[in-house]
Amino acid sequence: MIPRSFEYSAPGTLDEAVALLQKLGSDAKILSGGQSLIPMMKLRLASPPHIVDINRIPGLDYITEKDGFLRIGALVRESDLERSELVRSRFPILVDTTSVIADPLVRNQATVCGNLAHGDPANDHPATMLALGAIVVAVGPRGERDVPVENFFPALFTTALEADEILREIKIPIPPPSTGGAYLKLERKVGDYATAGVAVQITLNNSGACTAAAGIGLTNVGFTPIKAVKAEAFVKGKQLDQAAVKQASEIAAGESHPVDDIRGPADYKRDLVRVLTARAIVRALERVKGGV
Amino acid sequence: MKKAISVTVNGVVHHQDVEPRLLLVHLLRDVLNLTGTHIGCETSICGACTVIIDGQAVKSCTILAVQADGASVTTIEGLGTEANLHPVQEGFWEHHGLQCGYCTPGMIMAGAQLLDRISSPTADQIRHGLEGNLCRCTGYQNIVEAIQYAASKAK
Ligand SMILES: Cc1cc2nc3c(=O)[nH]c(=O)nc-3n(C[C@H](O)[C@H](O)[C@H](O)COP(=O)(O)OP(=O)(O)OC[C@H]3O[C@@H](n4cnc5c(N)ncnc54)[C@H](O)[C@@H]3O)c2cc1C
Ligand code: FES
Ligand code: FES
Repeated sequence: MIPRSFEYSAPGTLDEAVALLQKLGSDAKILSGGQSLIPMMKLRLASPPHIVDINRIPGLDYITEKDGFLRIGALVRESDLERSELVRSRFPILVDTTSVIADPLVRNQATVCGNLAHGDPANDHPATMLALGAIVVAVGPRGERDVPVENFFPALFTTALEADEILREIKIPIPPPSTGGAYLKLERKVGDYATAGVAVQITLNNSGACTAAAGIGLTNVGFTPIKAVKAEAFVKGKQLDQAAVKQASEIAAGESHPVDDIRGPADYKRDLVRVLTARAIVRALERVKGGV
Repeated sequence: MKKAISVTVNGVVHHQDVEPRLLLVHLLRDVLNLTGTHIGCETSICGACTVIIDGQAVKSCTILAVQADGASVTTIEGLGTEANLHPVQEGFWEHHGLQCGYCTPGMIMAGAQLLDRISSPTADQIRHGLEGNLCRCTGYQNIVEAIQYAASKAK
């Protein structure tokens, strides 16, 4: 399995890369981790005439905390995320997510930013980034812009990025104290995409009720990653006792739009969203209290 | 258009003009004649093609040869010598970590990287660390024991 022929450029700066993308328009595809793009090119599901490899651009592999945000640069690999002390201590939900993506070999190459840029509703980071209220930083010929991740996935395999824009960074707001999050995924076997996945992030106030900051994201149960806005609205201001968790999970299941496929019938997946949402809320609550 | 690349493989520098679409695994096997790196699935699943590029174990069927320009690649041929096996190779020998041997080069490269990151892994960490490598024969148990042997040997 060999890709169709293409031209290849490996610009050394972001400016050069943007200029090249502007010149080539829709003929060009950006290559970062290549763990989705190269398989698609081998299967000839994609045959871009020109590849713009951004891996040679220095200074894009940072994970830092700055101005109230955790910042993940375009060339941060999944395995970097897994091993970052900052991420492990402050964002266990990101460790949950990255450790169920593919396998360690793929994770050595695959980028976190590419996981969003690919626009696949089966990918795992989108749901987590929805729950975390992340912001995508895109750079293009017209400069830089911020796109809230809830506006980033307009349709199947489509993102808010223009053909000449590069996803330069993901910004995640540093959560206030008394926050916990978790990502749970059911997969048929290791390395498989989710049958369903649910990300939950909650912050409690002084009296133990959920604040407005609650985020719930769903993986692979619709044409796009889904932000479960009704379930989020429901938990706001509530004490998350057993009954409230049950109700929230039923509401989230109602917001999913799965279809029958090789991973199971739609009804099964919808029920899975219910089960995973309840478990993810409970795990998130445990983490608010300092659990792992 | 072909690209001129220079890749260090097992310590030897190779200058080649390659088509951008050439996969690293084909550079290794078909151009450099290093057939120790296997091709199993061709679809980024099985890990038979695992090599180490600048310290990272990756699936060489899912990376372009041009991406390895300037990099240092280690394949199974460069990990140890027959007289002086790498501890993971020795572990596979001692604990019968293979049957048909098809998955073995990739398994050993992934195992070597695993021990670079975690010097004394638990059985669970070994199993998770080898999730990108499929074996149709062994049932994995002896592979886990082979890595455990290598970990204790390296101490
Ligand atoms: C065997 C296997 C199993 C997998 N399992 C999972 C899984 O369980 N869950 C999961 O989430 N993913 C899974 N993946 C996908 C993997 O995580 C991909 O790496 C990811 O989807 C894309 O990231 P990448 O860096 O490899 O991007 P690439 O493959 O390089 O690019 C993907 C797409 O995004 C675009 N792109 C990439 N980076 C940028 C950027 N910075 N700016 C603009 N556009 C960009 C590219 O042009 C391309 O269209 C799996 C992959 C494999 C091979
Ligand atoms: S041949 Fe590369 S992963 Fe199977
Ligand atoms: S020994 Fe035969 S596939 Fe692993």
